[in-house]
Amino acid sequence: MRTFVSEFKDRATAKTADLRHRQFIRTALQGYETARDRRKGAFQSWESARQAAAETKWQAINHLDEHLVSLTRKLEARGTKVHWASTAAQARDIITQILRDKKARSIIKSKAMTSEEIHLNHALEEAGFSVVESDLGEFIVQLRHETPYHIVFPSMHLQRGEIRELFQREIGDAPSDNPQDLTMVARRVMRQKFLQADVGFTGANFAIAETGMVSITENEGNSRLTSAIPKTMITLMGIEKVLPRFADLALFLPMLATAGSGQSMTCYNTMYSGPRQPGEPDGPEEWHLVLLDNRRTELLADAEQRDALHCIRCGACLNVCPIFRNVGGHTYGTTYSGPVGSVITPHLRGLQSWKHLSNASSLCGACTQACPVKIDLHHHLLQNRRNASASKPAVFERLAYRIFGVVANEPKFWTLAKKFGWLVQPLQQPIKGTMLDPAKAWTKTRDLPRMPRESFKDWWRKRPARGGSSPARS
Amino acid sequence: MTERENILGRIREALQTEAPLPGSHADGSSHAPAEPPTVHARDWLPLVGPTGEEQIKLFAANCADLKAEFQHLANREELKAALIKIRDTEKWQRVASHDGELARFACQTLALPTLLTDKGYDVQELEKCDAAITECDVLVAQTGGVAVTTRSAGGRALSILPPHHVVVARREQLVADLPTAFARLQQKYAPDFPSMISFITGPSRTGDIERILVLGAHGPKKLTILCVD
Repeated sequence: MRTFVSEFKDRATAKTADLRHRQFIRTALQGYETARDRRKGAFQSWESARQAAAETKWQAINHLDEHLVSLTRKLEARGTKVHWASTAAQARDIITQILRDKKARSIIKSKAMTSEEIHLNHALEEAGFSVVESDLGEFIVQLRHETPYHIVFPSMHLQRGEIRELFQREIGDAPSDNPQDLTMVARRVMRQKFLQADVGFTGANFAIAETGMVSITENEGNSRLTSAIPKTMITLMGIEKVLPRFADLALFLPMLATAGSGQSMTCYNTMYSGPRQPGEPDGPEEWHLVLLDNRRTELLADAEQRDALHCIRCGACLNVCPIFRNVGGHTYGTTYSGPVGSVITPHLRGLQSWKHLSNASSLCGACTQACPVKIDLHHHLLQNRRNASASKPAVFERLAYRIFGVVANEPKFWTLAKKFGWLVQPLQQPIKGTMLDPAKAWTKTRDLPRMPRESFKDWWRKRPARGGSSPARS
Repeated sequence: MTERENILGRIREALQTEAPLPGSHADGSSHAPAEPPTVHARDWLPLVGPTGEEQIKLFAANCADLKAEFQHLANREELKAALIKIRDTEKWQRVASHDGELARFACQTLALPTLLTDKGYDVQELEKCDAAITECDVLVAQTGGVAVTTRSAGGRALSILPPHHVVVARREQLVADLPTAFARLQQKYAPDFPSMISFITGPSRTGDIERILVLGAHGPKKLTILCVD
């Protein structure tokens, strides 16, 4: 049977051998790193800003109930319809029901990782609705029937030629492989969709408890259009997105832009506090906000790893991760990839099935250092390993270490083991890394140097005495 | 029980165990900070000079970086000249705008057929306009951005749908940094906020194809900010 771990291993093996892919991703991310470092350098104190952001998120998450109550009360007072969904299925049902009530035919979407998390597009298409992703990267991966490669740069794995072919095939329009021309093709297609759509769908980056707002960050303007033109707007937001105060955004917006894409601010940062209000000329007549739990409360209950809910989905930890850079985004098989995905996926989808992600790490800590809200990512990977083996011990591994302990503690056994090792090592050579090799998982990609016939201890004991004084006895 | 109660119940149960404060994992001490942690944000964000002169220079430099056009104009006569120049170079036929002292002045100067969005409009008509002329709430020197709202800039679509967005602003709307901009918006509107507040920092852009910058992904391809003393 194919398991998540064997699929992960197969994909990782294939991708790491794909040198073109590795080079392409490395070049893209180096550009990101240069831009990000320049923006970080412009801060008077990036480190103080990180600490304040972490403390703000701590306050937000550790009083999440109060903040959610304040947020929803304020939004409802201005006519927003708030829905609560414990599970992905509930969220899908709520959204499908709204679309049926509105007799909607076409839905325009702006980028939302929460919708990937609940597999919304699939459900809506099954139910007979036409859904179009308007973010350029999301639009491209939607046309390819793929999931986003990266939470911030969904189509970063594709080269311009591939996108040109795709547009030629799916839209019948691709004047050249110039990114400018390709972007304008998408713009033209999407303009009509925006003007015709019955319902606009968005995600959310932050919410403000104090003023009752949802804040959306983007560069393209597609989310602005999504929330301006269609008569109905639906927003799907994880419950962990709330910040206490309006003024907190003055710090979080530039930090998200810096860590996420190396910009001082992204192009559009927009705060919504309700549907169209009396006296306003446009905007949706109805706004539905769907709050999604989907096992976030389980992560909340783990005080040790609760700070993983501080995540603002900037993608900085993916960009610096040596594993992500080599295995690529699709290998993970998860909605959220990279270090933060490896930390939270076991909580969201089950520890035993996804514990292998915690082992796919060099524990270098680059992720923790890159995180703008100071999530202790690489320690959480270790904690996941610990929790996984505590709840389901690896019997053979444990036995092996028990035996090793006995042998290493007794000099006689140790000496014997060394002699035996030297004798049998040549026998292992022909079967090294094959099915017959009991240690194949290790030896497949590693060489053990030839064990010496004589140990240091033996050599020391046998060396000729000098100047009459005998060497120290062991 | 409703799902709302279920979710809030699970949250309250989970929060019975306290999580360590960030940076205090080692000693386990945790005291909630006395003041909001972001009150000193100004001291950590990128530096902005104290004088108006420095701030306008910084705003201009940031705009250049963002590929937005910025002009600092001494008086209404200069504003007139600037508007007419853009109209003629770009051969505008039809513009959209909204009610407001400065916006009205701009539209009278342009003397073109004008769609006003304040009292409702046809979105197809707005889409056909060559440019949108709007006012704004603040200009932020620190980022080179402007903040618009449904109330100050003629609704939600006006500042995003037409291919060229021209902001007409007054010198006193320029603030040093983001914390000041948020404070000013809060002072002006709280508790009855417009249903949309948007910080616009440069013209619409994308880097989704090979991380190469392209302007005008979905929103305006051009952003012009005309600031008059």
